[in-house]
Amino acid sequence: MPSLKDLKNRIESVKSTRKITKAMQMVAAAKLRRAQESAEAARPYAERMTGVLSNIAASAKDREDAPALLKGTGSSERNLMVVCTSERGLCGGFNSSIVKLAKEHIARLQGEGKKITILCVGKKGREQLKRDYEDLFIDPIIFEGVKRITYTEAEKVADVVLKSFDASEYDVVTLFYAEFQSVISQVPTALQLVPASIPEVEGEAAAASQYEYEPDENALLSDLLPKNVTTQIFRALLENAASEQGARMSAMDNATRNAGEMVDKLSIQYNRSRQAAITSELIEIISGAEAL
Amino acid sequence: MAMQVDLVSPEKMLASMQADSVGLPGSDGDFAAMPGHVPVATSLRPGVVTIESGSDRTEYLVAGGFAEVNSEGVSILAEYAATRAEATREMFDSVREAAVAKVEASEGSQKSEAERELNEIDGLIKSLG
Repeated sequence: MPSLKDLKNRIESVKSTRKITKAMQMVAAAKLRRAQESAEAARPYAERMTGVLSNIAASAKDREDAPALLKGTGSSERNLMVVCTSERGLCGGFNSSIVKLAKEHIARLQGEGKKITILCVGKKGREQLKRDYEDLFIDPIIFEGVKRITYTEAEKVADVVLKSFDASEYDVVTLFYAEFQSVISQVPTALQLVPASIPEVEGEAAAASQYEYEPDENALLSDLLPKNVTTQIFRALLENAASEQGARMSAMDNATRNAGEMVDKLSIQYNRSRQAAITSELIEIISGAEAL
Repeated sequence: MAMQVDLVSPEKMLASMQADSVGLPGSDGDFAAMPGHVPVATSLRPGVVTIESGSDRTEYLVAGGFAEVNSEGVSILAEYAATRAEATREMFDSVREAAVAKVEASEGSQKSEAERELNEIDGLIKSLG
C-alpha cells in the first residue's frame, strides 16, 4: 500500500505528463494544418507532371532508345530502397509502419536473391533498420532542423538517387513513405520510382493529343523524367510530413486520455486511503476515550 | 476568345486564369501561344513568361521548366517561378549555383549547352537589377 504522499506525488507527475501530451497534441494539430496545406498546394504540379508524362511516355515506351529512367535497365537485380521517415519520435506507429513495410519488401527481395541497398531519409527509420540491415546502408539524408519541407530538400534526395542511377549502380528504385488519408489513418506506401510507373492514358485521349515536341521527344523525356523523380519524392516528403503530424496528434490524444484515466484512478485510491487513515485515527481516539 | 492558363511550381499554384495570349521562353526559341495553337510540348529555358489578358499583362520569371499547349489551354510547369515584382536575387542565386556546378561537371557538347544556360540565368539576374 503506497503512502498518501507517494500517491500525491504520482498524481502530480501524471498530471504534468498530461499537460505535456496535451500541448504536443495541439502543436501537432497546428503543424498538421500547415503540412496539409503545402501538400495540397503541391498537388497541381504533380498531377500535371504525370499527365504530360503519360502522354509522351505512351508513345516513347516501346522504342529502343527510350531513356532508362522510363523503361528500366532490363534487369531487376540491384535494388535501392529509399525509406522516408520522420526526424522525431512520439508519433505512434508512424515510423514503425513504414519500416515494417520496407522490411517486408527487403525480406522478399532478398529471398529472391536480389541485391539491396538502403537509403534512409530521416533519423527514426535509420535507427529502426540499423539492427538488421546496417551493412546495406549508404549515407543517410537527415533533415534535422528543417522546419518546412521545400523543393530543395526533395532535390537533395533526388540528386543522390539520380546520380547513382546514372552511374548504373541500381536497376530499380523504390520509395517508401506514408500516404496521408486522415488524422487516424496513414497508409504506408511503396512507390516504384525507377523505372517510372506512369499511368496509361486511355486510347481515345492519347490519339486526340498529338503533340509537337520541342526539342525532340527523347530530349524532352530525358529532361522530364528526372524532374518527375524529384516531384514524386517531394510529394512523398510532404505526405510524410502531414502523416507524421497526424499520427502524432492521435498518439498524443490517446496519451492525454490515458493520463486522464490514470489521474482519476489514482485520485480515487488517494481519497480512499485518506478516508481509511481518518477512520482509523477516529477509532483510536474513540476507543481511547472509552477506556477512560 | 480566351484560354485557360495555369502556371504551377512544385510548391504552389502561381496563376490560374483566362488569358488571350502567353509568351513562353521555349528552349528552341521564344513563342507566343494564343487560343487554338497547335498542341506543343516544350521545355523552357530561364526567362520571362508573359500572360496577357485584355489590357492586363503579368510577367513571371521562371528558371527553366516545361510547358504544354493543347486545346484546353496552356500548362506551365516551372521549377522556380515568381512574378517580376516578387522575384528576388536570392531566389535565383541557388539556381545559378546549380548551373555553375553543371558547367563544371559536364564536358563536350553538354558543356556548351550548360554554359549557354548559365548565360541565360545571368541575363535574367541582370534584368532584375
